[in-house]
Amino acid sequence: MAEDRISALLADALTVVALRPWPRYEVDTTAFEAIAQALGDGEREMLALWADTGMVHMALRRIGEAPCVVSTAVIDGRFPSVGCRHAPAIRPERAIRDLYGYEPVGAPDLRPWLDHGAWTLAHPLGSRGQAVPRDPADYDMLPVVGEGLHQIPVGPVHAGIIEPGHFRFTANGETVVRLEERLGYVHKGIDVLTTNVPVEQAAKVVARVSGDSTVAASFAYALAVEAALGIEVPRRAAVIRGVMAELERLANHFGDIGAICNDAAFAIMLAHCGIYRERILAASAAVFAHRLMMDTIVPGGVTTNVTAEGARLIAAALDEISPAFDEIVRLYEDTPSIQDRTCGTGHLAADLAVRFAAGGPVGRASARDFDARRDLAYAPYAGRDFEVPVLTAGDVDARVQIRIREVAASMKMIREWLRALPVGPILAPVPDAVAPCEGIAVTEAFRGDLLVWLRLLPGRKVARCHVRDASWFQWPLLEAAIEGNIVADFPLCNKSFNCSYSGHDL
Amino acid sequence: MALTVELALQLLQIGMVVAIAPLIMGITRKVRARLLRRRGPPLVQPYLDLWKLMHKEVVVAPNASWVYRRAPYVVFAATWVAAGLVPTYATGLLFSWSADLIAVIALLGTARFALALAGMDVGTAFGGLGSSREMMIASLAEPAMLLISFAVALIAGTTQLSAIAALFSTGDVGVRVSLGLALLALIVVGIAENARIPIDNPATHLELTMVHEAMILEYSGRHLAMIEAAAQLKLVLYFSLVACLFAPFGMAVGGDQSALALGIGIVTFLGKLAVFAVLLPIAETTVAKMRVFRYPAFVGSAFAAAALAVFLRFVSRGF
Repeated sequence: MAEDRISALLADALTVVALRPWPRYEVDTTAFEAIAQALGDGEREMLALWADTGMVHMALRRIGEAPCVVSTAVIDGRFPSVGCRHAPAIRPERAIRDLYGYEPVGAPDLRPWLDHGAWTLAHPLGSRGQAVPRDPADYDMLPVVGEGLHQIPVGPVHAGIIEPGHFRFTANGETVVRLEERLGYVHKGIDVLTTNVPVEQAAKVVARVSGDSTVAASFAYALAVEAALGIEVPRRAAVIRGVMAELERLANHFGDIGAICNDAAFAIMLAHCGIYRERILAASAAVFAHRLMMDTIVPGGVTTNVTAEGARLIAAALDEISPAFDEIVRLYEDTPSIQDRTCGTGHLAADLAVRFAAGGPVGRASARDFDARRDLAYAPYAGRDFEVPVLTAGDVDARVQIRIREVAASMKMIREWLRALPVGPILAPVPDAVAPCEGIAVTEAFRGDLLVWLRLLPGRKVARCHVRDASWFQWPLLEAAIEGNIVADFPLCNKSFNCSYSGHDL
Repeated sequence: MALTVELALQLLQIGMVVAIAPLIMGITRKVRARLLRRRGPPLVQPYLDLWKLMHKEVVVAPNASWVYRRAPYVVFAATWVAAGLVPTYATGLLFSWSADLIAVIALLGTARFALALAGMDVGTAFGGLGSSREMMIASLAEPAMLLISFAVALIAGTTQLSAIAALFSTGDVGVRVSLGLALLALIVVGIAENARIPIDNPATHLELTMVHEAMILEYSGRHLAMIEAAAQLKLVLYFSLVACLFAPFGMAVGGDQSALALGIGIVTFLGKLAVFAVLLPIAETTVAKMRVFRYPAFVGSAFAAAALAVFLRFVSRGF
């Protein structure tokens, strides 16, 4: 790898040994600013930006290298803004400002993000002072100027049963000129709930960040704890985790493929995909005693074993779904009316996908060749050969096609694992931390890379934990993808992104 | 005495269309649900829904004007009158002289005008969006509908539906290219006017894609019941229009008011409606909703077909 500016800056930085498995560097304000600048110039991808008491951390990755974390101390409640140099950092910085009260110096956008003015505590992870109540509706939308423009406010309460979020469209007739999102309506205080709590309790909270990604979140949390404590997970447990993660991906991809088509009133796809999703969930419930497999992955391994009968059940469900799904895919591809809606709609430019390090089907449909299972490989994926579909079209159809191909890849992987389940225990003992230590891990959820960072304390405690859902870097791209499309195509674009509200609002 | 019977027969038709309209909607929903592998609501669900809405509180925006409050009744009344005029089971009923195709189109236009005004009245973004889309569709569908009536009138020599049905039911007219084109156009216009897939999705929950539903998003209680009932009546109206113009068999014609003829008329009419109510969701299940900007091409094809039907009549009487 050629030296770049960031490598040079980090070469003489102080390395913190506490974090595993990635290196963590502590740099001063000037170096942090320079790194943010290089980041903005496209030297690295930003995986996450979060705060900790008196610290701001930023996870960076250069293609082909292990990622690293760069930290800087917050001095007088201020830290240099990354957002003014690298746009994807704007929303995380606004969240840090709401939660900790740390001021990003030079930040382009200082409006509250998660704090809508209804909190009783100001800066719940920082000063914890009495909050000054504000009108939650009082929020300055970005001004849009032009002739013949009108605004369409949508949400946060929607006509359908979906999560809350506010969308402000500025349209010229039917054409969308600008979309602005306002999120944070389902803020649950996950960061506070995982501060200074027992490891088991934090695991339960992390599993509930977003119910549809519970396996991926628990998986990442367990990997982070195991990395921090240096635990080796039994081979059988790792494979069972893989089976669960792929079952979750299958269930969600089926749901998404159906729901995208349903938004174009092609309800037959939803009807059939709904059945496949249900078969997967029913099989999961039979084998893991929970439809979403919640709390099954724990630090050290898994809590539920897969019996020979259970393996047969899952394989039977896949055998039943597979040919029927192929047929429904053909229906999707051979129906001109649905193709007319999905092809060319909601185009996301490849350079934006790279800039925002968009994970999951959103990134891969716009030519960003990244899959955490392969590029930040972890057990049981490490060393495995599996298909990571990448397309360049960047439209709704491409995002559907990525999901369709991932379904096939997931099915293949589950079958191979179940055919040769390693024998042995499924749970390794989790020792107590002898000193404060940190762990970080990324798993590939169905939406994309999900990052968990945590710091453990002796006494089986989690001092701090941060969960970063893939949606953080996908929501802003939705604003870009809808531009120039018509208002009526927004639901289709939105569903093809299927960003998480709950996972984002934390 | 004769007048009483005539009046009773006419009132029977007017009452019948409004009575069976929810059932016809129920059949289309049931068939669609079955096609999507769902059990679906019971056939009488639309009746229950109307009953429920009639007994619910009406919530009206504080800035709503009288237009908003009156519009549901205007919509319902205009649609009901139009639906009651289209010959269903017999021709030559008491009010048949007024059952003019152009009058029916005008009545439907009145209903649409009232609803579009009401959609914009409270000033919500969705109401305006729905009204503007509805008017765009109407600006394409109404000329097509007028041309359809001309195409038919050029053959029958009148725009009176009763007389047209009486002539067509004799079989003297035979199979004609222009009539085929007019049927095609009428089906397309009917799909657009009734807010069916691929123009609109009556079952959607997506505010941004709605047309008809967006206009009535703010309505509740008995106001909503009126609008729902009008939408159901409109579907029956288009079904009976297709039946009376293109499948007038079984109707009691030529003033035949014997119980047998009327009975056959009613049974065949109900049978035709049921067949249409089954065919509609089958067609709907096979296509996705089209882009808003494709509406002109789709509804425009109805205009083109209807125009072709009219031109063909000028070229040769044989068409």
